[in-house]
Amino acid sequence: MRNGVIGLATFVSVAAGAGDDYHLQPVPVGDSAQVFVGKTEGFARGNGGNIVNTGFIVGTDGVIVIDSGPSRAYGEQQRAAIEKQTALPIRQVFITHAHPDHFLGDQAYSGIAISALPKTIAAIRDHGEALSDNLYRLLGGWMLGTRLVPPDHAAQPGTVIVAGRKLRLIAAQGHTDADLMIFDEATRTLFAGDLVFFQRAPTTPNANIEQWLSTLDTIDQLDFQYLVPGHGPIVQDHAAIAQTRDYLRWLSTTLHNAATRGWDIQEVMQTPIPERFRSLSVLDQEFPRSVTHLYPDIELNVLPKQTAAKHE
Amino acid sequence: MFRSRTRFRAYSLAASCLLLGVSSSALAGDAPSTIDPLNSPSWQYVQARYFDGQKLIFDDRIKVLAPTAAEDPLDVPIMVTSDGIADVEEVVVIADLNPIQKILAYQPKRASPDISFRFKVEQSTPVRAAMRTKDGVWHLGGTWLSAAGGGCTTPSGGSSGLWQGHLGEVNARIWPREDKNQRLRLRVIHPMDTGLAKGVPVFYIDQITLRDDSGAELATLQPFEPISENPVLSFDLKNVGPVHVEGHDIQGNTFTATIQP
Ligand SMILES: [Zn+2]
Repeated sequence: MRNGVIGLATFVSVAAGAGDDYHLQPVPVGDSAQVFVGKTEGFARGNGGNIVNTGFIVGTDGVIVIDSGPSRAYGEQQRAAIEKQTALPIRQVFITHAHPDHFLGDQAYSGIAISALPKTIAAIRDHGEALSDNLYRLLGGWMLGTRLVPPDHAAQPGTVIVAGRKLRLIAAQGHTDADLMIFDEATRTLFAGDLVFFQRAPTTPNANIEQWLSTLDTIDQLDFQYLVPGHGPIVQDHAAIAQTRDYLRWLSTTLHNAATRGWDIQEVMQTPIPERFRSLSVLDQEFPRSVTHLYPDIELNVLPKQTAAKHE
Repeated sequence: MFRSRTRFRAYSLAASCLLLGVSSSALAGDAPSTIDPLNSPSWQYVQARYFDGQKLIFDDRIKVLAPTAAEDPLDVPIMVTSDGIADVEEVVVIADLNPIQKILAYQPKRASPDISFRFKVEQSTPVRAAMRTKDGVWHLGGTWLSAAGGGCTTPSGGSSGLWQGHLGEVNARIWPREDKNQRLRLRVIHPMDTGLAKGVPVFYIDQITLRDDSGAELATLQPFEPISENPVLSFDLKNVGPVHVEGHDIQGNTFTATIQP
């Protein structure tokens, strides 16, 4: 639809703050997994797109990276911060899903295997520019030199040993049509990607809410000690899962009820948001966006096809 | 959306003053009505092109509800509301900075002037609704829509040909409302091509007429090129019982449907 290459060229030419510092500081979880915790904000020049959680696991003979962040600069600074922590080589990068804040740092890992689910690879390869267009526009100079590098290895769901580390790769869907979770068996740390949000309103541009809710039930069954959401603070309990589920259920019910009452999109956007969600950051931006994403399909379900229609 | 509401409040004071100024003509005369509360760079052009020589006031009862930012420039949901202004004979919706400014013209006969639709936006622009009352005065309200753009010069998804074989197909439903009113929601399959995308000729629905069971007109609508592909429209009709829909596009393709309540 839109062309990210044009956006890139336009904004790079006016960029001033190239290589701005994200000040990435890893937070330890368990004994050898660490997380770069992003802000619970929307994309803005003030944060350079550092609104996402990425992480790494130090194995016996190497390092595993989970998501590369929103820009080349982020990926490079993430890599430098990891190399400060360990002399072991980075063996593999996993990309959880095809949203640009999770994969645009891939350039920093040339020569290293970058793995994702096949549908994620296809989405990044075929629609990556359109998916990233928004970031170039919103982040300006932070995106300097950022190019699309699609993952080059298909992740196989199941148990794998990488860098001497036993990982369970879990393929799921709902936030997008291919969401990869990485479960580190040794520390029982679950990198849930954007299937789980915490203290920040979930995003839905490619979501299927029913699938997402069913995936949350699966996540609830996992025996994790730490859960790293795609956005928001790390938790040691099921609170983030419960909050994501609560919000998505409310969203789905609200949209279905509105459609049944014959409301148009703008009327749906006026819906008062329950008090219990008011503490979620960027709620006032994400709720109308979600209405725009999800309502057209839902409303069409309550508009019967008129058999008297004809054309010449 | 939330920001646009605040923005509306910010200039509603000025708009009220203008309204007062015009209605008590002894005070203000004609001049103040032409000061655009939206500060549009194109206001003078828009005024000359669509309202030349006509009486016009900014009226903060008229609201254009739009998202704060256009999530999809090809499909921006808009709702126009009138807060019960009586005797509206015609509604015109205009996006000042769109390459094709006029989005629709609507004549509510036995219907509220309030209408919902989706449109294609090319860049950030004021979106304004003008309602002409029986006395010939145009009442204007509006908001700024922020958009990254590309909506008008991008071919419709339907350019892939998916709509062929379904052209003019209607999905619709009626919801009875209080006091013998009804909400009609309507979706018609049509590519609604603006003619601005390279190699895709202009092709859009230009007339929709709604009638009651006796054949009397409830409302007529002239969509223009900026209306989104596969238009989804909401009308509030003063009617009980079935609604007959008939429409055509600029190539003479017609569609009809009878929607039972
Ligand atoms: Zn995501």
